[in-house]
Amino acid sequence: MWSWSFTFKVLPKLLSAAKITFIATILGFLLASILGLVWTFLKRAKIHWISSSATAIVEFIRRTPLLIQLFFLYYTLPSFNIRLPALTVGIIGLGLHYSTYLSEVYRAGIEAVEKEQWEAAKSLNFTPYQTWTLVILPQAIPPIIPMMGNYLITLFKETPLLAAISVVELLQQAKIIGSEYFQYLEVFTLVGIIFFIFSYPSSLLVQYLEIKLKNPAEKRM
Amino acid sequence: MIKIDKILNILLRLIDASKVTISLTIVAALLASVIAFISGILLLNRHKIIRFLVRTYVEIFRGTSLLVQLYWIYFVLPFFSVELPKFTAGVVAIALNYGAYSAEIVRAGFLSVPKEQIEAAKALNFTPSQKMRYIIFPQAIRIMLPGLGNQMIELIKGTALVSLIGLEDLTYSGVIMRTNDIADTFIIFILILVIYYAISSIFASGFKLLEKRANVGRA
Repeated sequence: MWSWSFTFKVLPKLLSAAKITFIATILGFLLASILGLVWTFLKRAKIHWISSSATAIVEFIRRTPLLIQLFFLYYTLPSFNIRLPALTVGIIGLGLHYSTYLSEVYRAGIEAVEKEQWEAAKSLNFTPYQTWTLVILPQAIPPIIPMMGNYLITLFKETPLLAAISVVELLQQAKIIGSEYFQYLEVFTLVGIIFFIFSYPSSLLVQYLEIKLKNPAEKRM
Repeated sequence: MIKIDKILNILLRLIDASKVTISLTIVAALLASVIAFISGILLLNRHKIIRFLVRTYVEIFRGTSLLVQLYWIYFVLPFFSVELPKFTAGVVAIALNYGAYSAEIVRAGFLSVPKEQIEAAKALNFTPSQKMRYIIFPQAIRIMLPGLGNQMIELIKGTALVSLIGLEDLTYSGVIMRTNDIADTFIIFILILVIYYAISSIFASGFKLLEKRANVGRA
């Protein structure tokens, strides 16, 4: 049933398609991290209509499927005269979708910073910019690194959806090879194994970091 | 000028197609819950072999992608003479995937019940089923519900993937409608997003109600 010669024949092709998967993962996550922070700030805005519309948009993106968002971007952007390669559209879609999850993570991190830290920054006459970059974010980010790691792994596993908008990533490459030889067992199993090889150890690392990065104050209690 | 009756026509056709999405959601969610509760409890079993087997299932389905699993079930299983119809393949893949994620939530929920509660039940001479029904479950479910609610939303969104194996759900119908009417692309996809949002929101508020009920009598 399982053919090893076929396996070794297709493996290099799959691994080279995996490059696209990694590019999409890394750039998508980068975009999600930046946009996520933007959402967090918009949701905290003092002006009510800004914060409430940011909350509504984030909620809308979170509750609708990434696949449709990808289709939407891929098919409607050209009608606004924005022509982008499929991979770029895919990265924007992944980044946008996961930014809404990361904004929640940032919010949790920021809310965990003690009130006294804000007061201290104020009493030192820090500007809002100094307060955020020197006091709040350096304390808010480290505890949420494991949570961010979890979303990085989740985003990685969602990259096969890019196949739907014609990006030849790992799964799409497997499908192409599979239909060419009418032999799906090896290719789809290999794709599963490749995903597992990267995501399982990463999730173990995240669990380790979770224990390691536990707030020392919390540990003492 | 946007033609209202045209939009209405598209909306009606999409709502018709969402029947498949909704039934897929309900069947897969029920099966996923059964899998999650059984695996979640087995993850706490005293036998190492059982824990290892269930752990293997959970990690494999959490560690590979849902779309990969769906393709595997739909395209590879026929080579082992297991040929599933599209709907069934969708249900199986989605239920196994979200069942694995939710098993972890169920496990954590049961673990969160303080030992003293179980000891108290024992001291009161409760039978195992009484202990489960009156002591452990009501406390554990309170911890599980927020996580399970989130998984429910993820599952609804996950059902869109079945369109990629050609099951005629909301997503698939939208894509087909678009190819017939390229000019309406924008409106079709906006309406699909709105319908998914509505479905997700209905289930989300359902879970909020359950959470409220589970918290009755608590400060």
